[in-house]
Amino acid sequence: TNTCSQTTNLGIRGAMLFSVGVFLALVLNLLQVQRNVTLFPPDVISSIFSSAWWVPPCCGTASAIIGLLYPCIDSRLGEPHKFKREWSSVMRCVAVFVGINHASAKVDFANNVQLSLTLAALSIGLWWTFDRSRSGFGLGVSIALLATLATQLLVYNGVFHYQGLQYTSPDFLYIRSWLPCIFFAGVITMGNIGRQLALYEYKFIQEKTHQD
Amino acid sequence: MTLREQLREKISAAFYRHGLLCASYPVPIILFTSASILTCCYPLLRLPLPGTGPVEFTTGVRDYSVPSHEPQGDLGERPDWYRGPPVAYIQQVLVKAAVSPWDSSLVTVDVFRSPLSRAFSLLEEIRNHVHSDSSGIRSLETLCLQVTGLFPGLRRMQSVLPEHGCLLVSPGNYWQNQRELFDSDPDLLKTIQKHEPKGLHTSATLRDLLFGVPGKYTGVSHYNRKRVVTYTITLVLSSYDARFLGSLRARLKQLHPSANCSLRDDHMVHVHFKEEIGIAELIPLVTTYIILFAYIYFSTRKIDMVKSKWGLALAAVVTVLSSLLMSVGLCTLFGLTPTLNGGEIFPYLVVVIGLENVLVLTKSVVSTPVDLEVKLRIAQGLSNESWSIMKNMATELCIILIGYFTLVPAIQEFCLFAVVGLVSDFFLQMFFFTTVLSIDIRRMELADLNRRLPAEAGLPPPKPGPLRPREVPPPPRPSPHTITLQTPAFRNLRLPKRLRVVYFLARTRLAQRIIMVGTVIWIGILVYTDPAGIRTYLAAQVSEQSPLGDPGGGGLPPHLGVAPVFRGGDPTSTLSIHPAPDPTPLPENQSQGHHGSARITWGAEDEEGWRRLSFRHWPSLFSYYNITLAKRYISILPVIPVTVHVSPQEAIETRHPQDTRHPPPPIPKVSADLQTDLTLYKVAALGLAAGVLLVLLLFCLYRVLCPRNYGQNGVAHGRRRRGDLPCDDYGYSPPVSEISPLLLRGHSMDIECLASDGMLLASCCLAGQIRVWDAQTERHNIDFVGGATEPECLGSEARGPSVSGDGLSEEEDSYPLRHRTAPARPTLFTDQPDLTPLIDTNFTSQPPSHLSTPPREGFDFGGLVERAYIEHEPPSNSTYPSPSSASSSPPSGAQLQRRPSLGDAAAFLTQERASTAGTQATADWESSVWAMELRGNLIAAGRSSGKLELWDAVEGSLRCSNEDGVSGITALAFLNNRIVAARLNGSLDFFTVEINKPLCLLQYRGAPGRGSMPPSPCYSSEDVISCQLTRSVQCAHQKPITVLRAAAGRVVTGSQDHTVRIYRLEDSCCLFTLQGHSGGITAIYIDQTMVLASGGQDGAICLWDVLTGSRVSHVYGHRGDVTSLVCTTSCVISSGLDDLICIWDRSTGIKLYSIQQEVGCGASLGVISESLLVTGGQGCVSFWDLNFGDLLQTVYLGQSSDGQGVRQLLVLDNAAIVCDFGSELSLVYVPSVLEKLD
Repeated sequence: TNTCSQTTNLGIRGAMLFSVGVFLALVLNLLQVQRNVTLFPPDVISSIFSSAWWVPPCCGTASAIIGLLYPCIDSRLGEPHKFKREWSSVMRCVAVFVGINHASAKVDFANNVQLSLTLAALSIGLWWTFDRSRSGFGLGVSIALLATLATQLLVYNGVFHYQGLQYTSPDFLYIRSWLPCIFFAGVITMGNIGRQLALYEYKFIQEKTHQD
Repeated sequence: MTLREQLREKISAAFYRHGLLCASYPVPIILFTSASILTCCYPLLRLPLPGTGPVEFTTGVRDYSVPSHEPQGDLGERPDWYRGPPVAYIQQVLVKAAVSPWDSSLVTVDVFRSPLSRAFSLLEEIRNHVHSDSSGIRSLETLCLQVTGLFPGLRRMQSVLPEHGCLLVSPGNYWQNQRELFDSDPDLLKTIQKHEPKGLHTSATLRDLLFGVPGKYTGVSHYNRKRVVTYTITLVLSSYDARFLGSLRARLKQLHPSANCSLRDDHMVHVHFKEEIGIAELIPLVTTYIILFAYIYFSTRKIDMVKSKWGLALAAVVTVLSSLLMSVGLCTLFGLTPTLNGGEIFPYLVVVIGLENVLVLTKSVVSTPVDLEVKLRIAQGLSNESWSIMKNMATELCIILIGYFTLVPAIQEFCLFAVVGLVSDFFLQMFFFTTVLSIDIRRMELADLNRRLPAEAGLPPPKPGPLRPREVPPPPRPSPHTITLQTPAFRNLRLPKRLRVVYFLARTRLAQRIIMVGTVIWIGILVYTDPAGIRTYLAAQVSEQSPLGDPGGGGLPPHLGVAPVFRGGDPTSTLSIHPAPDPTPLPENQSQGHHGSARITWGAEDEEGWRRLSFRHWPSLFSYYNITLAKRYISILPVIPVTVHVSPQEAIETRHPQDTRHPPPPIPKVSADLQTDLTLYKVAALGLAAGVLLVLLLFCLYRVLCPRNYGQNGVAHGRRRRGDLPCDDYGYSPPVSEISPLLLRGHSMDIECLASDGMLLASCCLAGQIRVWDAQTERHNIDFVGGATEPECLGSEARGPSVSGDGLSEEEDSYPLRHRTAPARPTLFTDQPDLTPLIDTNFTSQPPSHLSTPPREGFDFGGLVERAYIEHEPPSNSTYPSPSSASSSPPSGAQLQRRPSLGDAAAFLTQERASTAGTQATADWESSVWAMELRGNLIAAGRSSGKLELWDAVEGSLRCSNEDGVSGITALAFLNNRIVAARLNGSLDFFTVEINKPLCLLQYRGAPGRGSMPPSPCYSSEDVISCQLTRSVQCAHQKPITVLRAAAGRVVTGSQDHTVRIYRLEDSCCLFTLQGHSGGITAIYIDQTMVLASGGQDGAICLWDVLTGSRVSHVYGHRGDVTSLVCTTSCVISSGLDDLICIWDRSTGIKLYSIQQEVGCGASLGVISESLLVTGGQGCVSFWDLNFGDLLQTVYLGQSSDGQGVRQLLVLDNAAIVCDFGSELSLVYVPSVLEKLD
């Protein structure tokens, strides 16, 4: 029963992370819509979701994987994450992440280099404030690079030559300049949430074993 | 000393002084900070209030010039937004047209067909108007706002709104501005209605846009009784040319003169629109705010150990918010106007500034030693955290400075606000929050002081003796009965404040009422403020009714007090629509121009007719062309009035052939106003329906959640009557417990000591009487009493052995069986008080109603004693189980079901023999028992006289006594064959119990089937037991020893001298002296696994390593004494005088959670299993789930709400709990746990 409950817990955690990811994807996409640059434009203009239908589920799945991966890697490396393990800190982290998105969507930067640099500084500040673990940094950078590459490929291969809504090149450069930083910050944030959730489960299991 | 350390020391000292200052003068400092907050927020008054309603500014037309972009000094009341040219100038041509005179041959369509057709000629006129003067030739084309295509997605509007060229809208747009299409349109109203949106729509509709007046004022309907059609031709101009507009106005006035028109035309109104928040902007905004609130919630949840958690949380939030306001205010003061959207960046600012410092401060202050003065506590707490606070602040400032150098204006502004906010937050933390904290802590200490006094009074006298030096030594008592025991204050079941508030709300149904009133008000506001709603309707009514508001005098066709009549197609109705109430009736068939039946009047309301439109009218018109008005303004020029009179002949000529064939849909007896105001009624009806639905829903919810019959859903329990249960002030009784406690009665006074070895249970009361009970499940065999001042009086209780654990909740018949009374010194019987309750043994099974009555069979004590003497002589086995002896028990009619076990028989056999021996040793009758321990069948009792006595638990005989010490024994430990006694003077005596025959297992007591229970070793009654003082540690502690525990070959003592000492049991050698508490030790826990935990009067709990003597962890958890400590394998549970039960993680020392109990409840604790905690309360015991901190059940020990608290609580091996409860013992079984164990 122990393994059974463990898998259920894993499932619950995954579901929570998934829903958080979907929610954040929807909200942050709305922010980008206000700037009229969505990465993957929607099929129908009047659709409720401001992006292609598969983007939020993808983000949700990715965040579930990341959120489960972080505590797993922590336990593998044998260096449990001890830094600021509180829900208030996690909330702060999420708020800063939304803020970074907000800045990238709302603030007018002089050029894309400036945007990239600012966002990179903000993301690393996020990592320094809320994570400070090497594994977190490594995982964040690698996932951010992979995800950026994947989106580039998707866009280049013309998955979205739809309705003539092709990107103009300045738009695309703009997206490319903020995408990796946003991905990095998102990975750190989801990792933070995942770790906090795992902490609860860990405590629960500990109590359970004692009980048994 | 490095520079860093020097700096650190200086900062620490500065903070210390500051803390002293704040705590010393709280009121002046709070006043000072409030004043500074208000001063800094003063500039905010000049900022515009948030809101999306448009703002107006009126200027004269004559000297109008386009305002410049630059702000020019002081411009009076000129608003900030009035800069630069407007988005557009709006010129409306207000046309009022009527068929005049009205002819009875006309049909209703004629009312508006020919007047509307005039729009085309007017449009032609306007389009073609050319003004030429010295500066050149200007036409509308050069001045108007050129539009280029509709917003994509508005395809359906394509046919109606102009797509290219001048933005010029009029009703003619319905027919593409082509007269031919209009003339060939068979049903005009249908064409107009075609574009109306379905459903409820309160903002600008296409009809409003094209007509330029609200729908019901147009008069384009079949029910227009005034027969005046009103519409506007709206010109949108991109630039202002006074001459062109003047010539246009003159031209139109000349063509269509408006008599008695006195509209003012010297003012233009500039309307500024606020930024609009759409759903796309709203969702991220709401999300950030949700995250912000979650952050605040999770942060303030950590505030702990303070008097008012909510108060401090509020103070923390106020600190952060007012620092933000201060930062905005300061920035505005120094000329920096915020350009960022305040609502958007606000959550991020809060998150950046954060609540962390505040929490750190609180935590630091509350973890300072409680016994310090408040001032010093604040100062020390502040200085402890000074370095980290300064470091954090420096880091944050650095980060923000880096942000400042990104050179992005928005980020720079954000950073500027954040820096000022941080600094002002620091200021507020230091002055405002620290002071609030000091006030809170002071309040808390006052409350503690108040609470501690009754708690002390309620403590049992013998125990607190060593705790409170002033009570030492105890006065010699002539008789134990003179001990005055202050009874704990009688109190009803007290509820926490929060629950009282909830109950109050539930009782008065306040919430529902407020919600209902709110709903009604909301609906009212909705109806009133709706643009098409009642306000404008009322305004129109009033202005039409009052002769003052109508320059045209009383020429109004009446429309109030209408008789329900047919009009329109019926020619005779013309007469009836001008009934007598008309103040100045006009000749009905007057045929002269302006005095026709449809008289055109111009009133003040026409002057600014656009005001009657929805305020979203202009933004939506412009948004169709992808032009936003947000944060911009338009200028509305004075209207050009145009009056058109159409002759009946012309009306007939313009008729469409189908017009006459379509009589108006007969809607008899329905007022025309009703038709046009349908929207309003729809809104009202919907709102009402929603309100009713809401109220119904709430009502259902209420019924589901709080049924009126509070507590009656509980299990209807046997013979228990509801009235017997304790009730609180509000008449809500707690749920009936499924666990019924067994009451063990027998003591005449409050029980002092409790001891058990799993088999037997010994209790000692203030009267010095020791009673021994069989703690086994099935039989509650009260075996024996070892009397002190009195002779033993036995009540023996037997229950049917057929009942096993699960049967406990049921009541069964049991019969009291008094099988033996041991004789003692008969002389003492004379001074016996009434001992009847001692003999009243029918305790367990009687329903409470019986219990409340006096004992059924008031025993004649004298007879009892006599019988005891008689029974003393013959062998007991003849008297004991036989029905004859039962007949001597109260005639309860209970059958004897008892099958005595072997062990019982043996026990009783031995009892007889020993009973005589009991008198051999001389017991001390004068002093009271302060400590008692039970091992095997030996009871060790420590007396106030310093005497240690060993009693036989089975026989009730004094086996030996030791009078080596003179100081009272405050605590005893009995392990193996050693007894350790702690004395009042701080010395520690080690005794060895020596038996001439070694320990042997004589017998099993208990039911034969229970092999799992370890047999308890018994000393044979033949053995001669002696008790030798092996070692006496004279000055074990400087002050009285308060706690003594022994386990795992170690003896641990805790004393008032703030230290804990560990001794080895074998050689009485002191291994460690543990120092770490700043108050006397009040609780110690040690178990077989060598876990040692200690709690002190300072509220601290220390965990020690027994092997090395090192401190593992040190936590502060309680305000005031720690009263009880228990450990499980994973956690440490402590209870304190503050009625708080804290659960700590044993390995990390982190507090998992705490349970706030009712005020003044007992502090006794017990752990039944790894996850089941039991606590004693006022007349009840509560079971808690340790994993989650949930209250599982509360078992009430007695009927009625007597204020007896449970002072001691003992968990037996078989998952039973014994607790003392005044003069009674209560045995509670936990069936669920029993099942688990099985």
